[in-house]
Amino acid sequence: MRFIVCIKQVPDTTEVRVNPETNTLIREGVPATVNPFDLYAVEEALLLKEKFGGEVIAISMGPPQAEEALREVISMGVDKAILISDRKFAGSDSWATSLTLATAIRKIGSFDIIFTGKQAADGDTAQVGPGIAEFLDIPQATFVRKVDELNIENRIIRLQSMWEEGSELLELPLPCLITTVKELNEPRLPSLRGKLTAKKAEIPLWSFDELAVEEKHVGLAGSPTQVIKVFPPPPRAEGELFADADPDEAARIIADKLTEKGLL
Amino acid sequence: MLETCNLCGACVPVCPEDALSIEEVKRTKEIDPSEWRGVWAFAEQRRDQIQSSTYELLGAARGVAEKLEVQVTAVLLGSDVENPESLLAAGADEVFYIKDESLAHFGLEPYTKIIADLILERKPEIVLGAATFIGRSLLPRIAVRVHAGLTADCTGLDVDTEKRLLLQTRPAFGGNIMATIICPQHRPQMATVRPKVMKPLEEPYNSKGKVSEISVDSASNRVRFLEFVVDDTSQINIAEADIIVTGGRGLQDPKNFALIEELAGLLGSAVGASRAAVDSGWINYSHQVGQTGRTVSPKLYIAVGVSGAIQHLVGMQSSDYIIAVNKDPNAPIFKVADIGIVGDLFEVVPKLIKEIKRRKGE
Repeated sequence: MRFIVCIKQVPDTTEVRVNPETNTLIREGVPATVNPFDLYAVEEALLLKEKFGGEVIAISMGPPQAEEALREVISMGVDKAILISDRKFAGSDSWATSLTLATAIRKIGSFDIIFTGKQAADGDTAQVGPGIAEFLDIPQATFVRKVDELNIENRIIRLQSMWEEGSELLELPLPCLITTVKELNEPRLPSLRGKLTAKKAEIPLWSFDELAVEEKHVGLAGSPTQVIKVFPPPPRAEGELFADADPDEAARIIADKLTEKGLL
Repeated sequence: MLETCNLCGACVPVCPEDALSIEEVKRTKEIDPSEWRGVWAFAEQRRDQIQSSTYELLGAARGVAEKLEVQVTAVLLGSDVENPESLLAAGADEVFYIKDESLAHFGLEPYTKIIADLILERKPEIVLGAATFIGRSLLPRIAVRVHAGLTADCTGLDVDTEKRLLLQTRPAFGGNIMATIICPQHRPQMATVRPKVMKPLEEPYNSKGKVSEISVDSASNRVRFLEFVVDDTSQINIAEADIIVTGGRGLQDPKNFALIEELAGLLGSAVGASRAAVDSGWINYSHQVGQTGRTVSPKLYIAVGVSGAIQHLVGMQSSDYIIAVNKDPNAPIFKVADIGIVGDLFEVVPKLIKEIKRRKGE
């Protein structure tokens, strides 16, 4: 079996701020991390590999430092990693990113399941997983919360896809693409052995020249959508803090507000 | 061989007889934006019921269409949908109802093909959908197929009438920044809209149009839909709720969630949970609010025993009104709370429950 996991290195969301004077992101000194949802994708691939054998390949499209994220997942147990990086890919929106990643996956060759996290903690679009599946013309299941059965012989996977009010039970043929949510599993911590392996691992870099893509379809030039403005969210009105209210008073304050809002 | 083919294309150049070729669905196109007109709204039905998010979407679509002086078309797929005419009063000038037994339950592949084909045939300049689990699964696939720009989870839509551009505003970086996005050259301009942010029309729209049943070629579906399992129906799901009461680590013990449930029951609200509560196994993941859970924007959010770690805040800080109860005066939740009560939830919440019951006359 060959499982491919697409991961992204994202700024640690907790630290992101907008410079109020220039309306641009303050990136200096902001630590980077593997996108949280991607860890569930990696873990599921590792679990299935442990059960059925095969290999897990992680790929990431990003600037050179995204290599750190790939090493992190190698330390979890991923067998190989490939960094897809080129100035020409910078500024890609989800359409261009999906195309670039799909092209890289075609270059890898055959695969059985592609795993991606539900969405990235910076872009928050949740569009790249489905985009890759469409470019590769394979079936997809999104927001997968449980894998019920992987049947290697019949090349079928049975799983549960999360909706607001419940779950869809689906059966997909392989190859297919799955986007993962948190409930799916509990990502393992890297082992010491894993960290040593990751340190020594060779991670090939595929630049624009290595991929069968046209310049007009990648990066900022290839992106149908463009950000024209970035600004901080409107500040919330200052709230009221009741630091010393006794429980009866507190209950009354809250109940008054509920009544005022017509909710009682 | 064809069963295991995944269209990687490796075989084509190496075949000695030059006998192999792969017909690719053409996914890039050059277009003239001026040929594209009209605003489409994907009308979502589940179990034959049109979803409330669709009516919100039509309210927003109406506003956009008026500025561009074009029509709103609702696109509905299903088999036996109840009251498709309601889409007209909700703001649609016409309804395309693609009606087939095979479309009763959402199928990603047939829905993608049918809508993409219609888009390429009829050339709408804007296509909107609600950012539900269905919308966020379907629209990205359509956008790639028709080479369109898609913006996810918009909280604001406006129009540059001069350039006929949809101005799409949405939160990013977990809501720490807002971004406005356009799709200048590609058509359609697509967007999913966050549920419970837009408003349905206040007055019924005097639509001059009708529901047209459209027949299309049947589309294949490689995915087998087995069953839909509904979550505990006695609970309101957080995506639909106007009020959410959330319990966090401060509850200390799973049995104390009963307090949250009682308060929620009295207010007719949904029950939310912080990551800590879900990770501890106190409550199901479908209740989790936050970065690795769900983002909600209810009218009222009551956080009980929730510290307000940033990963939680990003999931709820756009709620209209926030009330928080926590015994730590420095808990970050108080930074976003409109009313913050520093106190012991085990004293405050029972008193609150009692007070609410008293006011309700129980």
